Amino acid sequence: MKLQNKYIPLAATISLFAAMSVFGAVSYTGFLSPQVFLNLLIDNAFLVIVAVGMTFVILSGGIDLSVGSVVALSTIVLAKLVQHLHWDLMAAIPLVLCMGTLFGAFMGWLIQRFRLQPFIVTLAGMFLARGLCYLISIDSISITDEAYTVLAQTRLHLWTDGPMVSISAVLALVVLAAAVFVAHGTEFGRTVYAIGGSEHSAVLMGLPVARTNVLVYALSGFCAALGGVVFTFYMLSGYGLHAVGLELDAIAAVVIGGTLLSGGVGYMVGTLFGVLTLGVIQTLIMFDGSLSSWWTRIVIGALLFVFCVLQRVFEAGRKPGV
Amino acid sequence: MANTPSLVKRVQAHPLLWPVVTLVLILMVNASLNPGFWMLQWRDGHLYGSVIDILNRTAPLMLVSLGMTLVIATRGIDISVGATVAISAAVAALMVGGKLVITNGVAQHVSRFPMWLAIVCALLTALACGLWNGVLVAKIGLQPIIATLILMVAGRGVAQLLTDGQIVTVYYPPYFYIGSGYLWGLPFALFIAGFVYLLMHMAVTRTALGLFIQAIGINPAAARVAGVRERLISICVYAFCGLTAGIAGLIISSNVKSADGNNAGNLLELDAILAVTLGGTLLTGGRFTLAGSMIGALIIQTLTSTIYSIGVPPEINLVVKAAVVFVVMLMQSAEFRRAVRGWVVRPAAGSHT
Repeated sequence: MKLQNKYIPLAATISLFAAMSVFGAVSYTGFLSPQVFLNLLIDNAFLVIVAVGMTFVILSGGIDLSVGSVVALSTIVLAKLVQHLHWDLMAAIPLVLCMGTLFGAFMGWLIQRFRLQPFIVTLAGMFLARGLCYLISIDSISITDEAYTVLAQTRLHLWTDGPMVSISAVLALVVLAAAVFVAHGTEFGRTVYAIGGSEHSAVLMGLPVARTNVLVYALSGFCAALGGVVFTFYMLSGYGLHAVGLELDAIAAVVIGGTLLSGGVGYMVGTLFGVLTLGVIQTLIMFDGSLSSWWTRIVIGALLFVFCVLQRVFEAGRKPGV
Repeated sequence: MANTPSLVKRVQAHPLLWPVVTLVLILMVNASLNPGFWMLQWRDGHLYGSVIDILNRTAPLMLVSLGMTLVIATRGIDISVGATVAISAAVAALMVGGKLVITNGVAQHVSRFPMWLAIVCALLTALACGLWNGVLVAKIGLQPIIATLILMVAGRGVAQLLTDGQIVTVYYPPYFYIGSGYLWGLPFALFIAGFVYLLMHMAVTRTALGLFIQAIGINPAAARVAGVRERLISICVYAFCGLTAGIAGLIISSNVKSADGNNAGNLLELDAILAVTLGGTLLTGGRFTLAGSMIGALIIQTLTSTIYSIGVPPEINLVVKAAVVFVVMLMQSAEFRRAVRGWVVRPAAGSHT
């Protein structure tokens, strides 16, 4: 009984995704092909990676508004290093990942050390990262480096002449698998859940709360930077206006994936389906062709509304039992 | 002379001290870098000058910050104000519209609907947006940031849908008065902001509303137990915040003579939250100052103008803002102040027990 309750939000997300896919398959010819679904993953690989980091933050009861800007900063730093300074890929990418991680860790440290509100700290981080983008370059820097374009355009066929995936899609799945392991199979993951449930209790239980809080934001920063790297594979350019509002898409994906915003409850796999659901909405609107793309945002808003209200209902239903 | 010490103490303890000091500092930097900063000229029946310019541009931010102050005072936050601005501007621009009509050989722009009707409809729409937020927060019990995130995500879609993804231009001159007209030599928009401020000041000082809002901010449950109609007041506060965003939307659309669903009020929510914090309102709720938020809005606009006028690339604007937010939030943190005191004042030897 308890086990079933636990999985209801996750089941709701997966059913929603399935229902939308079936709707698409019935309504539009050509919708039900493996490539359409793999494209969801290819086009949203960066969002999956960013949302995984965001899931950790939200599970711990925090929020990270800086991820979109960190993605933009990563794209522009990468583009600058590779295109203008002719750095080697193998040096530029680790540097960008380190930067993102340190940026996140710094915000986490501020939040943890000075008891500041995550909302405001990451908001300032968002301003800072966006501002740094413009300091590096106001214009878009397109990447024409040969190794880079080869890497970005490589497609792996699932079988000979079968549907294909990009390296970024594979990377997204690897990140997700690692996140599932970290969240459910390590001490760090259990501490994150414990902090989200009740930070005070976690402290009393002697868990490393301070360290975990900082690590959670560092992890989100790392994921955002990696998302930025994947974003450059997708766009082949670095620009300060890339990924505007991505933090909202990531939060929406996490919420639709069934993670409670108050922290402590949720699954990494839910986040994947949250992202895929957002992707399927876009694909449906694209296949329809007559709806304007503005509907995407309205439908996402409506879905957010439904899932938030559902979460409240679950919370209200659970309280008397606790 | 006898009451001088108490006066000094009163000034030191005044909540507006630091916001005013910050503003004065920025104004001084501005004046020293730009000699013509304080110059005012009387031309075409109204005042010209950098200061007037700043005041005119601050009006929308002031209005949004005023609404935001009340929301933050109840421990909430409203990140949908930018979207509300876009929606209100879209409704107003669509309804005023304006087309060229030639009567007796005289070209005249005529509005599609009477202007007052357009304004009322735009404000009602904005009010409805705020009400929606309020109901989600107070009735359904969503976290404020998430409740308003829904409108923030969907709102721009709605605004784009209304304007069909186009920038709607307004061709009706009387409408321009709201954003760029002058009354008694001063920008008309400033009078709107001042009027709303006075109204709110009266409401929170002459009635118990201010106390109720503070009580909700300090402890919502206790306030409810004590007989404060917490839910109703919360809903009204969010609705009012939507309304002020709607007025700001009118001013912005009138100023640029058009409505742009994508860019109107972009990042305004962040500026408003920043203005409120700079003004000395606690983000944890419970203590708020309306005058502080007005000064906070002025600080942000003056800062922006300074950055432009001293010839620094405008891109640095965001970095400067980020630095200001970091400094302000650290100053507000009791932990930080304790840490700094620890660094500055070393404990005397043998004083630890």
